[in-house]
Amino acid sequence: MKLELKGITKRFGSLVANDHIDLVVEPGQVHCLLGENGAGKSTLMNVLYGLYDPTEGEILVDGKPVVFKDPGEAMAAGIGMVHQHFMLIPVFSVAENVALGNETTKAAGLLNLEATREKIRRISDQYGFDVDPDAMVEDLPVGVQQRVEIIKALVRDAEVLILDEPTAVLTPQETDELLDIIRQLKRDGKSIVFISHKLREVKAISDTITVIRRGKVVGQADPTASPTELASAMVGRTVSLTLDKAPAKTGEVTFKVRNLTVTDHNGQHVVDDLSFDIAKGEVLAIAGVQGNGQTELTEAILGVQPHVAGSITLDGEELLGKSVKHVLGAGVGFVPEDRTLDGLVGTFTIAENMILDLYDKAPFARGVGMKPGLIAENAAKKVEEFDVRTPSVSAAVGTLSGGNQQKVVLARELSRPLRLFIASQPTRGLDVGSIEFVHKRVIAERDHGTPVMIVSTELDEVLQLADRIAVLYRGRLVGIVPATTSRDVLGLMMAGVPAAEAEANASAHASGVTAAPTVSEPAGHEGETHV
Amino acid sequence: MSATTQSPASKQPGTGKTTGANRAAGRAATTELVSWKAGVGLGLLAILGTVLFGFLANTKSAGFRIAEARDPNASSTAAWVTLVVALAAAGYLGYRWISQRREGGGVDRWIPATTIAAVVVLGLAALGVAQVEKITVPSMVFGWICALLLLGLAGYAILLTLQRRRTPGWLGGLFAVVFLVGFMIWIVAGGRDPEPSISLGGLMAGAVTLAVPLVFGSLSGVLCERAGVVNIAIEGQLLLGAFSAAVVATVTGNVYVGLISAAVAGALVSLVLAVVSIKYLVNQIIVGVVLNVLISGLTSFLFSTLLTADPENLNKPGRLQAVDIPFLADIPIIGPILFRQSLVGYLMYVAVIVVYVGLFHTKWGLRVRAVGEHPQAADTVGINVNRTRFINVLMGGAIAGIGGSFFTLVSVDAFSKDMSGGRGYIALAAMIFGRWNPIGAFLAALLFGFADNLQSIITIIGSPVPSQFMAMLPYALTVIAVAGLVGRSRPPAADGIPYVKG
Repeated sequence: MKLELKGITKRFGSLVANDHIDLVVEPGQVHCLLGENGAGKSTLMNVLYGLYDPTEGEILVDGKPVVFKDPGEAMAAGIGMVHQHFMLIPVFSVAENVALGNETTKAAGLLNLEATREKIRRISDQYGFDVDPDAMVEDLPVGVQQRVEIIKALVRDAEVLILDEPTAVLTPQETDELLDIIRQLKRDGKSIVFISHKLREVKAISDTITVIRRGKVVGQADPTASPTELASAMVGRTVSLTLDKAPAKTGEVTFKVRNLTVTDHNGQHVVDDLSFDIAKGEVLAIAGVQGNGQTELTEAILGVQPHVAGSITLDGEELLGKSVKHVLGAGVGFVPEDRTLDGLVGTFTIAENMILDLYDKAPFARGVGMKPGLIAENAAKKVEEFDVRTPSVSAAVGTLSGGNQQKVVLARELSRPLRLFIASQPTRGLDVGSIEFVHKRVIAERDHGTPVMIVSTELDEVLQLADRIAVLYRGRLVGIVPATTSRDVLGLMMAGVPAAEAEANASAHASGVTAAPTVSEPAGHEGETHV
Repeated sequence: MSATTQSPASKQPGTGKTTGANRAAGRAATTELVSWKAGVGLGLLAILGTVLFGFLANTKSAGFRIAEARDPNASSTAAWVTLVVALAAAGYLGYRWISQRREGGGVDRWIPATTIAAVVVLGLAALGVAQVEKITVPSMVFGWICALLLLGLAGYAILLTLQRRRTPGWLGGLFAVVFLVGFMIWIVAGGRDPEPSISLGGLMAGAVTLAVPLVFGSLSGVLCERAGVVNIAIEGQLLLGAFSAAVVATVTGNVYVGLISAAVAGALVSLVLAVVSIKYLVNQIIVGVVLNVLISGLTSFLFSTLLTADPENLNKPGRLQAVDIPFLADIPIIGPILFRQSLVGYLMYVAVIVVYVGLFHTKWGLRVRAVGEHPQAADTVGINVNRTRFINVLMGGAIAGIGGSFFTLVSVDAFSKDMSGGRGYIALAAMIFGRWNPIGAFLAALLFGFADNLQSIITIIGSPVPSQFMAMLPYALTVIAVAGLVGRSRPPAADGIPYVKG
C-alpha cells in the first residue's frame, strides 16, 4: 500500500503545527520522520490517523484521495499506529485490549475472546513476540506492552504501521529487539513510519529519512549521513553533539546514601538497599530505564516519599525524615523530572516562579509582606543570565516553551549557594539548543565544587554528563561504573546484568561469539525463597 | 579518573555479589506494608460486641419465627425439591473448589461465593423440610459465644498484623456474620415482650422490598460510572420517576404506562446531566447536586399546588400487585422473600443480570468499560467516547426512574414530598461498596435494605437501642465500606473526567 500526504497543514488557532507537508511512504519501506520535540511529527501522524482534521491538504491511499473522520476509518484503510503513550487499558487483559473496537462476537453480542486469543497466538508465534493473551496489561513490562500495541495493529491487517517515538521507554536491548521486529514487518511487505529524534536508531533502520523542523519538511536525508549532519538538519544550524568539559576535580565526599529503601503503597521495594556517595565537584549520573526507582530515589532525598528507611547525609547532617523545607534549606537544589507538574506553577508569573522556595526569606520578604519590586528585579536578572526567551517577567510560566520553562526552573534552583544539586531528566522534551545550554550549566555547577546527581533515562545524556555512572534496575544498584563504560555494557546493566558479566557478554558479542543476553527473565528465580 | 572518584565504589565490596543474587530473584523484593486498620477496627468492634452481647445481655431468650407456609403440601414438595437441588449444587461446587485447589492452580473467582450461597440455600431448605416454625435461643449464652468468637477473630487479625501478614478476606466476612448473629440475638432479646421474637422471613422479605429502589439506583450509578460519568443525580432521578409514575398512572388509569413514564422521566434528568457535563464539560458532581435540588423543589412545588388540590385525578395511581411465581414462591422461607414480588421487583432481578452480563461479557460492555478506564485508548480504536457516555447516562437515568416508580406504584400508592428520602445517595454508596460491579451493588443494596428494615422492626418490638441509632446503620456501613475495611475498591480510572478530543 502506497501512502501519500499532500500539502497537509494543521493550525491550532494562530499556531501552525504542520505547514504544507508532503510525504510519500512506499510499500515495504521504513520511512523515518526525524525532528525535534515540538517539530510537528506527532501532529502530522495524528492527522493521518484521523485524530485531527487537517486544516488543508489531502491524504492519498494508492493514489486515491481519502478522508479519515476518526481512527476507525484510518484503521479500516490499513493504517495502524503505536502511540508514544500506549493506548492500552491497564486493567484489561491482552486479549481484551486487542479485541477492543474489533471484537469477535457470538450470538447476542456476547464476546468471543477465544477467537481473539487465537489471533494473538498466531501473530505472537509468527514474530516471536511471546505474549500471553490472558496477562493483565498493567503487569507487563513496557517492552511487552509495546508488542501488544503492534499486535493490535496487525490484527486489524494494518499495511502501514506508524511508530511514534517507540524507543523512548525501552532499554537499548529492547530497542534492538524492536528494530529486528521492524525488519521482519518490512520483509512481510508492511510499510513503517518511524518517528524519532534519536539519530542512532534512525540511521540503523530507515530506508528514507524526512527531516521536519518547525512544522515544515526541510528535506530528505540519507541514512548514511553522519549524526552531526542529521542533527544539523534537524536543528537548522550546526550543532556539536559532544560536550566540552574538563575532567572532574573531585574533593571530599560530602553526600552519602546508605541502605536507602523506599517502599510503595503495595509494599514493593521501589528503591532497594541503595548505597552510594557523591564527592564535591563530580557528577554521578543515575542511569536506568524509566520506572526503575529513579523518581522514588530523588523524591526520597527531597523528603516527599513516605516509607523510607536507611540514611541520607549531607555534610554529616542526616536529611532523612526532615521536612522538604529543611532539606532545601540545607542547600539541596532540585530539578524535578516533570517541570510542569512539580517544578512550576503554570499560572504564576516567571518572577513568582523564580522565588517559589525563597518567598519567605530576605531579601524577598519582610515580615508577612513581599517585595514585588525586588522580585521583579531578581527575575529580570535571571532571565538575562539564563537566556529565558520571554516578552516579560510577568508572563505566566505556562505560556513558555518547554526549554524556557526548564531554564526558569534551573535559574531558581541554581540561584542560591548549593551543597548538592539534583536534576531529574533535565533535558526531557527540550530542543538541541536548550539541551546544550542546560548541560553547560550543570557542568558549571560541578566545576563550582557542588556534588551533582543527574537522573536520566537517555544514555547519550548520561555518557555526556557523568563522571561516574550508577545503574538502577528494579530499585537496586546494578553497579557503579566509570563514565568510559561502553554503551553495550551499560545497556546490559540497565537490564539487570551485573557489571562484570555485562563486560564479558559485551566483549563476547563484539568478537562475534554468540552471546546470550536474554536477561529479562533470568533462569532459576523460582527457586529463590527469600522475601 | 582520580582515586577519589573511584573510592566510593571500592567501599562497597559486596555490590557485585548482591546484585547478582538480586538479579536471580528476578523481581523486586517486597515488604508487606501491613496496615493496622483491620486489626484495630476488628478489635474495637469485638470489644463493642463483648460489652453489648456479653455484659449487657439480658436473661430473656430471643425467638426467630420462620415464615408460615400458605399451602403445607405444596410447600413441603417445594422444600424437598430445593433441598435436593441445593445439595447437588453445593456438592458439585465444593468438589470443583477442592479439586481446583488440589491441582494447585487458582480457584475460579466465582466458586467460593456460589458455594456459600448453595450451602445457605441448603440450610434454609432443610429448615423448610423439617418444618421448623420458630428458633428460640437463650440470649445470654449465645451472646457470650458470639463475643468470644469475635474476640478470637480480632485477636487472630492482630496476631497476623504483628507477624506482618495481611488479614485474609474470609476473616472479615466471618467476623461480620458472627457480629450480625450476636447483634440480632441481643437486640431481639431486648424487646418489650417477656418472650420477644421477630419473623425472620418477614425481615428478609422486607429487606428485599426496601432494597428495590436502591438496587435500581446503584445499577444506574454502575452504568454511568463504568462509562466515566459520575451520576450524583440518582436521587433526582428516583424522585422524578416516582412523581411521574404517580401522575401518569393516575391520569391514564394504567400503572404500566406510569412505569414507562417513570423510565422516561429518569432519562430526562439524565439528558440534562449528559448535555451539560459531556457536551459543555461542566463539573459532573456539581451538575448532579444541582439537579437533585432542582427536582426536589420542582416536585415539591407541583405536589403542593396541583397534586394536593386534586388528588383524585392526579395522585391516585393504584398499585402494581405482587405476583407469585408458581412453584418457586412455595419454597419455604426463600419463596416469600424472593418470589412474591411486584413487577418492579422482578424487573430488578432482570436488570441486575442484564447489566452484569452486558458489562462483562459483551462487546458493548467491553467498549463501555474501556471508555470509563482510558477514553483516549478507546478513541484510537474507533470508539465514539462521548456518544457511548451519552447513551449510558441516558440508560442509567431510565433505570433509576424505574426504581423511583417503586415508591408510588409498589410501596405507597401516592406521591408525597421528597419521598425518595436520600435513597439515591445510599444507592451511590451501594455502588461503591459493591465496587462498581452490578452484582456487588445488588448485594450491598440488599444489606442496606436489611439494615433499613431491621430498624423498623426493632422499633416495633421495642429495643435497647434508640431507633435513631439503628437508622444510622446503613450510613455507618457506608463509611466502613468506603474507608476500605472491606478491601480496596478501585473506581474506573477516568470516572468523572470529561473527555476532550486531542
